[in-house]
Amino acid sequence: MDQIDRALIVATQAGLPLVPRPYAQIAEQLGIAEAAVMARLQGLLDSGMIRRIGAVPNHYAIGWTANGMTVWDVVDERVDELGALVGALPFVTHCYRRPRALPAWPYNLFAMVHGSSRDECSSKAEEIRVLLGAACRANDILYSTKILKKTGLRIGA
Amino acid sequence: MREIDTVDRQIIAKMQGDFPLCERPYAQVAEQLGIAEGDLLARLERLLADKVLTRFGPMFQVERMGGAFVLAALSAPEERYEEVTALVNALPQVAHNYRREHALNMWFVLATETQDGIAKAIALIERNTGLVVYAFPKEQEYFVEMKLEARI
Repeated sequence: MDQIDRALIVATQAGLPLVPRPYAQIAEQLGIAEAAVMARLQGLLDSGMIRRIGAVPNHYAIGWTANGMTVWDVVDERVDELGALVGALPFVTHCYRRPRALPAWPYNLFAMVHGSSRDECSSKAEEIRVLLGAACRANDILYSTKILKKTGLRIGA
Repeated sequence: MREIDTVDRQIIAKMQGDFPLCERPYAQVAEQLGIAEGDLLARLERLLADKVLTRFGPMFQVERMGGAFVLAALSAPEERYEEVTALVNALPQVAHNYRREHALNMWFVLATETQDGIAKAIALIERNTGLVVYAFPKEQEYFVEMKLEARI
């Protein structure tokens, strides 16, 4: 990543311009060619620095009004094997292993589930619980009640 | 909030990834949706203004740029909740923040350009709020694919 890539990130982190030729507008701003903007964005996609280019919906506004962060205390010897299985469930949108913070926080596996109701989320959580079986010692589900901020990455200019 | 219609739903479903890299990307997507380019642009503008979409553009993976992305949480006393929210959200390093029902009732994501930016941001939040921040950096990613179709 060079200075131009960095300038490209700063120019697009708040969003792409809503004009017929968005890459031309960014190009003009950065003083490079439109084709160079497209080629650099492709390069950032190829290297994984950009995960994807698209829209981020407010999931409440599109009907996914319940969102539960399901958290699990899974025995260390089996967490990677089981985490991969939980991550492969069709309704899990994010699944990670994270450190515990004992005694306040005993959970090491996090899986996000979404639904139109809490019942839907809790029945999804139940499927995860069945999958984890005896390897899971404790679990909880943290429902979100409000989006306090959702801006995404902001690096300095 | 204005109700979304069938075309909006198609836009939301279609535009969560793979936005084309060509001179007229909106025209290309509009054609696939069977609408005019101007209509797509106007609808995107409205969906963003109404906060049905929170963002439209590249989604960066700051870890791949040498930076860090860490989930963190704190327990804000109910009577200080608004004040603590404002203090936490004031940091540009806070990319997302959610209220959740738990003793740890505020969960936020820190995204920083450098590895040590996380510790600095946490120290700043702890100093500003007087509260303990728990950091939950990811140790292993099993799956991430956040694409939800409109259900309404």
